[in-house]
Amino acid sequence: MSHDPWVWVAAILSLFIFSFLYRDNPFYKFAEHLLVGVSAGYYLNIYWYNGIYPNIVSHIVKEHNYLYLVPLFLGLLYFAIFIPKFSYFIRWPIAFLLGAASGFAIPASFQARIMEQARGTILLSPSFYPSKLAFFNAILIFIGVLTVLSYFFFSKEHRGALKVSSKIGIIFLMIGFGASFGYTVMARVSLLIGRLQFLLGTWLGLIKY
Amino acid sequence: MRDILLKLGRLDRRVIYGIIALGVIIPLLKPIGLPENITPPVKNLYEYIDSLPQGSAIILSIDYDATVLPEVHPMVLAVLRHAMARGIRPIGLGLNPAGTGLGLDAFTRVGKELGKKYGEDFVYLGFKPNISATILGLGEDLRKVFPRDYFGTPVDSIPMLKNIRNYNDIAITISFSGSGLPESWIMYANARYGEKIACGVTAVMAADFYPYLQTGQLVGMIAGLKGAAEYETLVNRLFKNMGMKTPSVIAIRGMDANSLAHVLIMVFIILGNLAFFASKTGEER
Repeated sequence: MSHDPWVWVAAILSLFIFSFLYRDNPFYKFAEHLLVGVSAGYYLNIYWYNGIYPNIVSHIVKEHNYLYLVPLFLGLLYFAIFIPKFSYFIRWPIAFLLGAASGFAIPASFQARIMEQARGTILLSPSFYPSKLAFFNAILIFIGVLTVLSYFFFSKEHRGALKVSSKIGIIFLMIGFGASFGYTVMARVSLLIGRLQFLLGTWLGLIKY
Repeated sequence: MRDILLKLGRLDRRVIYGIIALGVIIPLLKPIGLPENITPPVKNLYEYIDSLPQGSAIILSIDYDATVLPEVHPMVLAVLRHAMARGIRPIGLGLNPAGTGLGLDAFTRVGKELGKKYGEDFVYLGFKPNISATILGLGEDLRKVFPRDYFGTPVDSIPMLKNIRNYNDIAITISFSGSGLPESWIMYANARYGEKIACGVTAVMAADFYPYLQTGQLVGMIAGLKGAAEYETLVNRLFKNMGMKTPSVIAIRGMDANSLAHVLIMVFIILGNLAFFASKTGEER
């Protein structure tokens, strides 16, 4: 059993959180509120020392580079929302961020998510694939992409060939959702395993951790 | 039979929680030792890192927080052990503020385990806000984005970073995340600068990244606790071959419990469906 008081604090708080599985209770509420408070304090600290201080304060106060007053002023305009008379000014930093982010993201997103993905779907001659299985996989992806896209084609009533194609598309979608669900179960169970490894290992010393 | 199924359908959810808890605790206390098969996405990443010449630099981006620690932290530890054992120099940085401490823990822990020297064999730069600006900035000049490391040491005075300026000097960037953040690395670092990217993600996010594996935009992927256990298996084999003491295997130990919990959940899904259909046939009557 651990002699570290912080391990005990973590273990007791973990048990407080687990108590919610039985029913909502003050111990759970305490742990939940503590987490929110600690997280807010932690984030503030990290952002101050890694963002605000080196990127703004240091430049202005230490290096006397007053050009940094411009982004500081733009950033402070976010707080205009709290003053009804000047709340309009919040649009300025939002507009700047939207413009800059769109400029960065649109070409990069188009390249990574559309061009490359479309290229990955194009069927090539069997000789281009390292094995027969890889070629079969490529055919499967090709059919899957086309039929799923046809399922989301709503400009024409799903009858005849479009109906058949969209039905096949549903099968591909269901397989996709099933895989996602299986992975989600694994993720949630993994989190439980992690906490139990801590409780049984680090805290109680019953297992090697 | 129908009555039993109906009773099962009305089972208190707390009983199910209890059974799942037992299904996890028992294999943790008495491991079964199920074999670990290595999947291609994990193998590809392992082989890529393994093929790098000694002294190459790689970036490990700590983009996760404590909420996904059991899944992602073992991956970071395993990749760090692999890289450092092979003489590859990892650079740690983070795009998630809550991951800063976790990254520091992993780098210092593995560095100490393998007797590596900070600043010469590995370096930790810490967190930087603004994801896209940071990733794009690293493509131009690392010094402009991270003028100092996590401890406040100027980057120019760190020997390991002397000849590292941008992605041209970085063999691969691996983003460890519990969110869609590796996509930003693909979008900005891979699409724009041609940097090789891999990711270590939670199982929830894994399905979202498979299309990037198929197109080659990702070199490899470690997905969830299973992926972490696979990488640990490969690293353990390497350590054995090198005559080194095998490291702790957190993920491998968790996989027995994970498999048993999966079986239990499948059983509950089948029983739940049977109970549902039994109640429906009752209504029809």
